[in-house]
Amino acid sequence: MRRVVQRLVRDRASLAALGFLVAMALACLVGPSLTGHAPGRIYPDLVGTAPGLAAHPRPETVRPALDRLAFRMRVTVAAVTFRDGTARVTLDAPKLIDPRVLTYLPRSDLFGPATILERSEDGRRLVVAAPVLRRFFLLGTDGLGRDLLTRSLVAGRVSLAIGLVATAVALVIGLVYGAVAGYAGGRLDAVMMRAVDVLYALPFVFFVIMLLVFFPAGLGLILVAIGTVEWLDMARMVRAQTLSLRRRDFVRAAEAFGLSAPRILARHIVPNTLGPVAVAATLLVPRVILLESFLSFLGLGVQEPETSWGALIAEGARALESAPWMLAVPAAFLVATLLALNVLGDTLGKALDPRRDGLTAPP
Amino acid sequence: MIGFVLRRLLQAVPTLFAVVTISFFLVRLAPGGPFDLERPLAPAAMAALRRTYGLDQSLPVQYLRYLGALLQGDFGPSFSFRDLGVAELLARGLPVSMTIGGLALVLALILGIGLGTGAALRPGGALDRVVGFGAGLGLAVPTFVVAPLLQIVFGLALGWLPIAGWEGGAARHLVLPVLTLALPQAGILARLTRASLRETLALPHIRTQRAMGLPAHRIARHALRAALLPVVAILGSTAAALLTGSVVVETLFGLPGLGRYFVDGALNRDYTLVMGTVVLVGVFVVVLNLAADVACALLDPRLRTAP
Amino acid sequence: MTPAPHRRHCLAGLAAAALVRPVEAAPAGLYRRGNDADPGTLDPHRSSTVAEAHILRDLYEGLLTYDNHGRIVPGCAEAWTVSDDGLTYGFTLREAARWSNGDPVLAADFVFSLRRILDPALGAKYAEILAPIRNAVSVNAGHAAPDTIGVAAPAPRTLEITLERPTPYFLELLTHSTALPVHPGTVRRFGDAFTRPENGVSNGAYLLHESVPNDRVTLARNPHFHAAADVAIPRVAFLPTPDLASAVRRYAGGEIDSLADLPGDQMASLRARFGAQVVLGPSLGLYALALDTRRAPFDDVRVRRALSLVIDREFLAQRLWGETMDPAYSLCPPGLDHYRTPPDLAGRDALPIDREDEARALLDAAGFGPGRKPLAIEYRFNASDNNRNTAVAIAEMWRGIGVETRFTYTDAKTHFAYLRDGRPFGVARISWVADYSDPQNFLFLLQGGNDTLNPGHYANPDYDALMRDAAAETDLARRADLLFRAETIVVTDLPWIPVMHTRSKALISPRLTGYHANLRNAAPTRFLRLEA
Repeated sequence: MRRVVQRLVRDRASLAALGFLVAMALACLVGPSLTGHAPGRIYPDLVGTAPGLAAHPRPETVRPALDRLAFRMRVTVAAVTFRDGTARVTLDAPKLIDPRVLTYLPRSDLFGPATILERSEDGRRLVVAAPVLRRFFLLGTDGLGRDLLTRSLVAGRVSLAIGLVATAVALVIGLVYGAVAGYAGGRLDAVMMRAVDVLYALPFVFFVIMLLVFFPAGLGLILVAIGTVEWLDMARMVRAQTLSLRRRDFVRAAEAFGLSAPRILARHIVPNTLGPVAVAATLLVPRVILLESFLSFLGLGVQEPETSWGALIAEGARALESAPWMLAVPAAFLVATLLALNVLGDTLGKALDPRRDGLTAPP
Repeated sequence: MIGFVLRRLLQAVPTLFAVVTISFFLVRLAPGGPFDLERPLAPAAMAALRRTYGLDQSLPVQYLRYLGALLQGDFGPSFSFRDLGVAELLARGLPVSMTIGGLALVLALILGIGLGTGAALRPGGALDRVVGFGAGLGLAVPTFVVAPLLQIVFGLALGWLPIAGWEGGAARHLVLPVLTLALPQAGILARLTRASLRETLALPHIRTQRAMGLPAHRIARHALRAALLPVVAILGSTAAALLTGSVVVETLFGLPGLGRYFVDGALNRDYTLVMGTVVLVGVFVVVLNLAADVACALLDPRLRTAP
Repeated sequence: MTPAPHRRHCLAGLAAAALVRPVEAAPAGLYRRGNDADPGTLDPHRSSTVAEAHILRDLYEGLLTYDNHGRIVPGCAEAWTVSDDGLTYGFTLREAARWSNGDPVLAADFVFSLRRILDPALGAKYAEILAPIRNAVSVNAGHAAPDTIGVAAPAPRTLEITLERPTPYFLELLTHSTALPVHPGTVRRFGDAFTRPENGVSNGAYLLHESVPNDRVTLARNPHFHAAADVAIPRVAFLPTPDLASAVRRYAGGEIDSLADLPGDQMASLRARFGAQVVLGPSLGLYALALDTRRAPFDDVRVRRALSLVIDREFLAQRLWGETMDPAYSLCPPGLDHYRTPPDLAGRDALPIDREDEARALLDAAGFGPGRKPLAIEYRFNASDNNRNTAVAIAEMWRGIGVETRFTYTDAKTHFAYLRDGRPFGVARISWVADYSDPQNFLFLLQGGNDTLNPGHYANPDYDALMRDAAAETDLARRADLLFRAETIVVTDLPWIPVMHTRSKALISPRLTGYHANLRNAAPTRFLRLEA
């Protein structure tokens, strides 16, 4: 273990990767409450806003949005002027204007509470002043007008959770299964490994789709579905390790002392396979996150109100020409995280076992 | 060697049988059926269709019938492509997927092994860094992002290549899908080759050769043979995945391959079509993994005795 | 080139640059026609999708057919008579009507075809559309022999069809895929394989040249077609476009001449890039929310009304769906034949703020609201981008009046099967595309006993009585009144909440002329022209 830590610390790249991952996890956990936007909050008048430092609404979007509002208020906008962040709006209507409609101004995403400045005698013309709000969308908004930064951070929670939990599921199943098969040997081993062969030969896309169709969809199921198809490599690896460990003297000695098989497995076999397993697990995390994004592309991944990087990317890929940031933002989060995980996995692999190097395959 | 191959082929029979059985019951027990449409069918029409396709029988009877037909090479009629049988759909889709996947495999091997070797020979050099980063990127970017980007850059903006379409397999139409499929695989192979080769180069006898002053390219050639073992080992499953088609690439590039049949077949509850693709892929996985094992054994005589 | 595009539109700018310089040289005389899906079959009697209907309309010609304005025009039949009681139709076939092998199209071919589709052994999905034909229902149910249907050929070019009851929209049914003729000799000889290019014989403007699943269906001009001289486009390839974003790219690159479906969430950008090439039109579709009226809380009409009142249909149709939908304030879309302007939902013209107040009051009266248990709803839909965004937006509108919404999303087959089985739900997304332009084709959905199409099993004796009276009424104006009264019940009782009416959406290359968006979404290739 110390060797691993030393190696990590010596290797600046992996230290940076580790730092980045910790920062990303923290940002995803804490960030959404700091952006000033709720992840589900829809700003109907700010759909598809591009990233930038400027405050929204922009002057050029206020007028068309005001016209839409006026339509709902059953009035028309005769004139608008801006001064010191306040809009002075002249409203016309064919009949008496009910002042209650002014609540539409603060209800929009554009204005604060409106005050009536002037009112024509017949009540068909109203001049009102309303402060223009200043909202910031550093990374833009999506097709429903939700803040993309907040959503990307919230999505990160789900993607990282999927990465960790699905990997853990695969890890536990693979470890137990592989160790038991390898230790038991003989017929049981043959049967168990044949079962693994069968699952290998089942196209995993088909298998996952069927699992997702079978059970009421949800985040938990996606975790299980991914975990259940990803444990196979782990099981094979652990079995191979166990086979070689079984012939080692300390295991033989434990057997001679009459220790029960479960205790030998728990005390001597499993702990000694943990090194390579840890490496494989590090590299499984990015693979699992990528697999979830593939399911999202098929429309089977994480669903509203939850979202994931994969889901955001799949949606962004369809809006590539009109709103490239909808792809770029979540893709940047995902790619940076996966790169960091790969770097970390590589270093871990070299530290633990010079024979292994990173293997991850996208679906 | 022949005995080993025969034994493995014999083992494949129960494996494939289990694959067929599991997938049959999985897809049959899933909610909804092939005739549940957006516009629901009249009960009479539904009953007539179920009778026509034998879906009114009990599940075990259907299973035995399917198995019986399958043993005679009959994949049955498709539920969603009613004018063609499943066998014909597979026979038409397979060459498309194999063309794209085969070319992608070759390209990935050339790029992956070439760049991986280059990177391993000068660790820490510029090429090593570029390859390391490029391979990482290739692994981290989903194909459904790569494909539209390639379409926009090479198809729309530069106008060098067609955006999508098959056109009977015209070479110009193959470039982008092959590239999309090959890039992540090339990333995997490059990393694997680099790691394995560096390890081999550190072995005592290679170091001796180097100390004796043999030219670097001769040492590399010598070492590469041993270093390629792990590459060959994963090649079986990689090849099986590439040759049987990718739903993302086929959907985005409008290719009439097999990959879409998995997903469309499963989502449309086209029982026979999805079963046909599952059987086909199962055969590919078994055969190609066997081929990879044989190749490994040929490369490394020590493995030849192992089961 | 237009002035330098805004920086954030760089990709769109790249794409626009390509418009100046077509990438692919278009093959001469080939119309590459985007079709939303791959056809599952080219057998008109087994067909069930809109994508198939587009191809079949080019391949086959019914007794009547649509032109490119969606008008019903003579097809194989050059003239017809209707008896005074509205029960017997007599058709005279064109002298010049020919199959693509040169055989004349005879009345007996239609007799053969209509018997074929109604024979339950064929397993036709939508044979029920021909239900007005005498004895069709019992034949299709297997209670009578196929030759007992009310279709006869007293002379080689005379066809007589007898109906169960007067049906004002019957002529339009004859344009439908289910009423298309097939060539008896070919069907007898090749069985199911008659739809293959090497065997296919058709009587439309085109004949089948090539068919590759998931790739294309290519048709070539039928030299024997009676109006072959007027068919301008020699060949047409129907290309399925499963991924709409990719399809738009192909269109922009000049690889496809028209698209029959567009990504609704990209409309603003499509309009900016393609301008007048984006063509939207009316259509016969409804996007609605079905409510489970069998159970609380949706057995309470106040709850149903409250939910309907606060849906901002303009936002959904215009902003979310990019005007590829129209806000729906009635079950029937406007513009149907044999009808008048449909009745409006209550509160259409009220201020949204008043509608919200009213909705809150209704919920309060129904026992939900502040201080009491909030109304919690399960919203069930089949997962797709547009459905999901619509669900999210509607849930947000409902949240404004204190309603909590939980989503249950499944894949399409599970969704349809769940609703068909009549299992309990809260709110469910449903859609309907009519087969003919008549209010009956929308209103029959909510008739009692029609459980497969009516997942909430809504049953209202008054409504059913009006529908029965309308079916028996031969006077079109009185029939329209009865149907209007029936629809008025729907918009006040709200077993379904109409949300939007679909529109046809297309990208049409400037090279392609003769396309006119129409209610029937009909654009037969024979009426189109493609400039070189």
